[in-house]
Amino acid sequence: MTASVIAIIQVNIGASLTEPVEAILIGAAIILILSAVIVSYRIVFGPTMQDRVIAVNSVGTTTVVVLALLAAALDRPGFLDIALVYAMLNFLMSIAISKFTVERGGVI
Amino acid sequence: MSPLDIIAVVLILAGTFFGIVATIGVIRLPDLYTRAHATSKSDTLGIVLTLSGVALVFGTGVTTAKTVLLAIFVFITNPTAAHAITRAAYDQNIAPWTTDTEIKPEGDDQ
Repeated sequence: MTASVIAIIQVNIGASLTEPVEAILIGAAIILILSAVIVSYRIVFGPTMQDRVIAVNSVGTTTVVVLALLAAALDRPGFLDIALVYAMLNFLMSIAISKFTVERGGVI
Repeated sequence: MSPLDIIAVVLILAGTFFGIVATIGVIRLPDLYTRAHATSKSDTLGIVLTLSGVALVFGTGVTTAKTVLLAIFVFITNPTAAHAITRAAYDQNIAPWTTDTEIKPEGDDQ
């Protein structure tokens, strides 16, 4: 099954790399994924809990942008719906953690 | 490449640059509050620029409307989330980072 998924991805990217705009979209997505991996240093070694929450929030917003870039590059508009839901869940995660770690919870 | 594509590519590259700046800020800055400053400002600007480029690539249609909606949503909620997290941290008495030598305001001769 994983081999078929990899084959589908290779076919899609290979078909889209003939256009320069799609190649730039894929390159920007790769750079943003690498920066998200670098940000995960702060998730592992962050001194306080809030450092980790901010780093997780940054990784989530980077994921939203990568999904939008892939929706444009691979010509799959369904990825935008996933990006919208992911952005809403990311915001709710940050608000919920910051609200329930304080005593009386009036953070907004 | 049409001029619209060139504008989209420039917007996407500028957004990627601001994303890299936000990454460097999260890793290098000394404090929780300064790191939140990096993610809430620089990351938001990069996201809005990149999503504007993606909207230009999509042309006209429902997908462009979805992309613009996503950009507006992230533009509102990302600084709000950073504000909530830092306010929770301030309520838990996490001290902000300061320099050792305080700068006195002018006219304070004591």
